[in-house]
Amino acid sequence: MLRITGGKVYDPANGVDGVVKDICIADGRIVDQAEGGRPIDATGMIVLPGGVDVHTHVAGGALNFARGLVPENQRAARKFLHTPELRSGLGGMTPTTFATGYLYAGMGWTTVNEAAVPILSARHTHEELHDIPIVDKTSLVLMGNNEFVLDLLEAGDAERAQHIVAWLIWAAKAYGVKAVNPGGVAAWKWGKDAKTLSEPIEGYSRVTPAMMISNLAQIVDALGLPHPLHLHCNNLGVPGNVDTTIETTNVLEGRRAHLAHLQFHAYGGEDWSTMRSESARLAEHFNRQKNLTADAGAVLFGDAVTITADGPWQHLLHELTGRKWGNLDVENETGCGIVPYVYKDRNLVNAVQWAVGLELLLLIDDPWRIFLTTDHPNGGCFWRYPEIIRLLMDVEFRKAEVKKLPAKAQERIVLGDLDRQYTLSEIVIITSAGPARSLGLTQKGHLGVGADADVAIYPEKPDDGLLFTYPRYVIKGGQIVVEEGEVRAVTEGREFIVHPECDETIEEYLRPLFEKVYTISFENYPVDLERLRRPEVRATGARR
Amino acid sequence: MITLTLKDQPPVPLEAEMLCPDAIAGLTSEEVRALPVHLGKRRRRVDDFFTVEGEPGDHLEIRGDVSRVKWIGREMTRGRITIHGDAGMHLGAYMKGGAIDVTGNASDWIGAEMSGGRIRIGGNAGGQVGAAYRGSRSGMTDGTILIEGTAGLEVGMRMKRGLIAVGGVVRDFAGLQMKGGTIVMRSGAEIRTGAWMVRGTIVSLKPIALLPTFSYASTYNPTFLRIYARHLAALGFALPFENRDGAYQRYTGDASIPGKGEILVWEPHTSLPAAAARG
Repeated sequence: MLRITGGKVYDPANGVDGVVKDICIADGRIVDQAEGGRPIDATGMIVLPGGVDVHTHVAGGALNFARGLVPENQRAARKFLHTPELRSGLGGMTPTTFATGYLYAGMGWTTVNEAAVPILSARHTHEELHDIPIVDKTSLVLMGNNEFVLDLLEAGDAERAQHIVAWLIWAAKAYGVKAVNPGGVAAWKWGKDAKTLSEPIEGYSRVTPAMMISNLAQIVDALGLPHPLHLHCNNLGVPGNVDTTIETTNVLEGRRAHLAHLQFHAYGGEDWSTMRSESARLAEHFNRQKNLTADAGAVLFGDAVTITADGPWQHLLHELTGRKWGNLDVENETGCGIVPYVYKDRNLVNAVQWAVGLELLLLIDDPWRIFLTTDHPNGGCFWRYPEIIRLLMDVEFRKAEVKKLPAKAQERIVLGDLDRQYTLSEIVIITSAGPARSLGLTQKGHLGVGADADVAIYPEKPDDGLLFTYPRYVIKGGQIVVEEGEVRAVTEGREFIVHPECDETIEEYLRPLFEKVYTISFENYPVDLERLRRPEVRATGARR
Repeated sequence: MITLTLKDQPPVPLEAEMLCPDAIAGLTSEEVRALPVHLGKRRRRVDDFFTVEGEPGDHLEIRGDVSRVKWIGREMTRGRITIHGDAGMHLGAYMKGGAIDVTGNASDWIGAEMSGGRIRIGGNAGGQVGAAYRGSRSGMTDGTILIEGTAGLEVGMRMKRGLIAVGGVVRDFAGLQMKGGTIVMRSGAEIRTGAWMVRGTIVSLKPIALLPTFSYASTYNPTFLRIYARHLAALGFALPFENRDGAYQRYTGDASIPGKGEILVWEPHTSLPAAAARG
């Protein structure tokens, strides 16, 4: 039992905004009263619900491939030495599994959503997720280019597609559905991409990216998944792609969806030399679409590694930069590309990208619908979030940073004109309360009675360094795991998964097809529940 | 000067980046004895493996066959290391200044990613001299490496600046993906010299097999080689440059990148006509 006293509590989900009050914890949950609990003096500190990362890449085949592809980053990375409590590991761009948990918890984040898992590498991903200590995990399964689903939509059999999706979610022991460049990755297998939403996908005569998007959104709703369709739109990173992004939201026709790393989808211009920010236009449109949430996918200057299922984009990025390139084909499901990248403040395109991420966070007026991410490690590493928080909370600092950009870049952005400053309460919304709500994790992102006791306590005015960098305490599931910014106790996190209903006879349809086109046997395809060490099956059900 | 003499060969390679003037200067002899070295995953003391004599200072002398001692002089910025015997892998890796002299042979990765200073090997060296570690974009960015004997594979791989001079024959892939700097080979090289080179200069005083992606440009005596010759002469390494003695054939490549590097092959007047040597 713990009693946190004297701290200023920020709990926007329950309307608490900087009120000094006690937070009591018993049996891993927030309770009303706790008799005789260990007191934690939080005087002069702020008490927040632990952070929730709605979109990150921390485990699985692609990330492991990236770790191998960039040994030079690993050499330069922060080292975690073996101690009686901690395993050894490396930080850096693509932290090792144990280090990932230490870094997230060491910053005050307690739940992470691994946003891209092919079913074929789900087993590996769950093993890695298990090895990420402390934080709770969810994962999203890649479905936007699944050939079973594409074939069924081609044949006009949306109902069976729904059963297949449900079966595949449980096979991957996933929490939700992700679609990456719908149709584009399937087309990549023919050396093509899906540049428009309305033309048939390469290799098909009827099914279009638009059909895939709307059907998947409809299926996710019909299955009653807690998190809406998690969508990586077509034409990521390409000048002028804002039209595709807006068209995508129209295709959804009011259905729920989460738009991932929106920054990469908010550009105007015709080519790289004319690329400009269209965040104002996109934000204005987005503000009206109440069915949508999004995460920023903000970019920070410096080194990054781009990892995505969006194979064709990664090939283009490799051609643009001349940097090394990794490409994976995941049989009939998806693809994957990896290219190391450096965002440079003197580079026009990078400067625009840096600004767009911040602009979207500032121009989207409802903090409950836009969340803080860097699409780790694509736009920058998650452990650099405090740098973004400073840019959001300190307008003078931000404007000074904008002035450092090349003059040509400043003409193509609106960031210099924005005066909004985030309040601490709003920061808590975009880093914890909002993503928890979007993920449908009702016991996360707040400090009300019954919530998981995931609490981050930071100095209100740190002596040195940025706010959020060194938590005084982090409590995860009622246990103190971080003190003075250092990991002191290592706990195991849980994995939240869903078990949507499907027609069990769907296996009779799937098996012969599978045996024809896959390289592994059907029995080895689904991940056994026993493979997950601490699974928790979350409810699904009809919605709105 | 402090002298470390190896007692017994370690059973597995010893990792000893503390054997470096930067780490040792300012310590007492007792503190030097207690410096950590790593035998596999176990942490040991310097005096578990070495007898230590003399007073610590800017000059570190190592005696014995330390071919199984890795990382000597890692990241050194000043002072001097003299090794009387053979040296192990990663000697002078990341070094920024100072000088390392080895009387015997050296292993792989000497001077890898160095940015200053000088390394001289009296015997033969292994591969990846002054190279980029796996994945890194550039190898050595400055400094000088002199090898009296032969050298192994991938000498100067991805080097960006600086000078490597080798007396004996150099093995395959000298100057692989080279981006700048100079490699001088007094006895020529085996095959695939300059593969994927983007910029930089490889000088060979003996005819070498060239990749088909290098094309003949001209025969001349570049002015800058006089300056290099003078610099190398001061280090005891002769490089011909006089018109009366011969001329260099210049080949450019690697066209498969396409690169703008150059390979200069010395042709003394007494040898066969240029066309024959080009073969």
